[in-house]
Amino acid sequence: MNVITDHLSEFGDGLLLTVELTLLALAGALVAGVAVAAMRVSPVRVLRAAGMAYVETLQNIPLLVWLVIAVFGLPEIGVMAGLFTSAVVVIALYQGAYMAEAIRSGINAVPAGQGEAARALGLTFVQSLRLVVLPQALRTAIQPLGTIAIMTLMNTAMAAAVGVVELTATANRVNLAEARPIYIFVTAGLLYMALSAVFGLVTGALERKLAILR
Amino acid sequence: MSSPPTSRLLFDEPGPRARRRIRITTAGSVLAAALLVLLALRQFAENGQLAADRWEPFGTWPMWRYLLDGLLSTAKAAAVAIAIAMAGGIVLALGRTSPSRWLRLPAAAYVEVVRTIPALLLVYVVLFALPRYGLNLPLFWKLVVPLAVSNAAAFAEIFRAGIRSVERGQLEAGLAVGLTRGRAMRLIVLPQAARRVLPSLVSQSAGLLKDTSLGFVVSYAELLYSGKVLANYNHLLIQTYLIVALIYLVVNATLSKIARTLEARQRTRPSRAVQDAAPAAPVAKTS
Repeated sequence: MNVITDHLSEFGDGLLLTVELTLLALAGALVAGVAVAAMRVSPVRVLRAAGMAYVETLQNIPLLVWLVIAVFGLPEIGVMAGLFTSAVVVIALYQGAYMAEAIRSGINAVPAGQGEAARALGLTFVQSLRLVVLPQALRTAIQPLGTIAIMTLMNTAMAAAVGVVELTATANRVNLAEARPIYIFVTAGLLYMALSAVFGLVTGALERKLAILR
Repeated sequence: MSSPPTSRLLFDEPGPRARRRIRITTAGSVLAAALLVLLALRQFAENGQLAADRWEPFGTWPMWRYLLDGLLSTAKAAAVAIAIAMAGGIVLALGRTSPSRWLRLPAAAYVEVVRTIPALLLVYVVLFALPRYGLNLPLFWKLVVPLAVSNAAAFAEIFRAGIRSVERGQLEAGLAVGLTRGRAMRLIVLPQAARRVLPSLVSQSAGLLKDTSLGFVVSYAELLYSGKVLANYNHLLIQTYLIVALIYLVVNATLSKIARTLEARQRTRPSRAVQDAAPAAPVAKTS
């Protein structure tokens, strides 16, 4: 057991990096998701097409390929960003596509009367989306958004493959040094389970507080 | 899935002013997109990555044959992993829906634990932990086993949603004509359940296919790892990885198109409760 206590600070750093990656990526993904979902329901055909192209492109290429392109490919064309920054941006954009789909189905679940009422009041498209439809859509979509949050947590592990020393990479490094795989990997697994349990609890609490049951 | 039902929600048939606004936004966004493309091209050009000799190799057959070999390995790994994961998923789903607690609890524990562990961690376990205990798998299985283990949990949830969407009367009718529970499940409930969740099964399989890119870590020569080897050899990093991304895009877009077609076909058929069998985790609403 002292394999873990000896490397407590490393595990702490790894865990912290995983949490930071997840939270920053989630924040970015939410912004990207709202923007893309808004594009996909807008009256402008070009924007609808662009939103759809975004979702299709991001979802159909594996996250690891995106990370490899960003980390090893982009410096070739003079785009230099730190490893952590690249990982955050890539994961945010990738999960943004999934968020967009969840938010869009939330928008679809808002009763048509709400949009009609907003229009009858003379609100423009942006106003009716921002003030009337989107708040309800987000509250309907809490459960799927929580699932995406846990998926994001799982996907931050992919950053280990391009050299970000988060929890998975930490476990791997400590194991290479100590060669006590059982303790080390089980600890990492338990930490991941604890993190996703926290996400699950937060989602549940938010849902009890905010969700609109239909 | 396509736009018509959504698009009518937030705007009406546009009048003259709205049409003008739409035209202006269209022009603006086309301009912005063109600007982005120009910027990217300039970035490529300034770093000499647009030079013809850096792209010409990708017009040659040996290069494509090498990458397509990688794609074939991707397909092989994905197919085997999907087969194992689906079989495991069916067993787990049957376990979770069985009347015996001794089957229900372990199956539930497996699903809940594995769902919250990243696939890459499992890959590392197979790569670095198992060999220490004398289990050194061939490369192919080092990729396939962790993927199958982690996706079995996802498939189990999909199958369980399907089983739950089949009306109770179906199972009861089976029992009433004298089938055992197992046979009633196998002959009556499962076929209907599998049919109802077919779109989710296809999209989960597409997700698994994306996960095979972890071959990059395992150094199993699937598509992404082949791209890595190729890029190390020809030093055309960004070009090679973009081509690899393009291949993934084409393959996966085809798969998700199939999933959508299946879904649309099912929606036209009047079968109740298919909506309940949505792909997302069927977590009980607590309120």
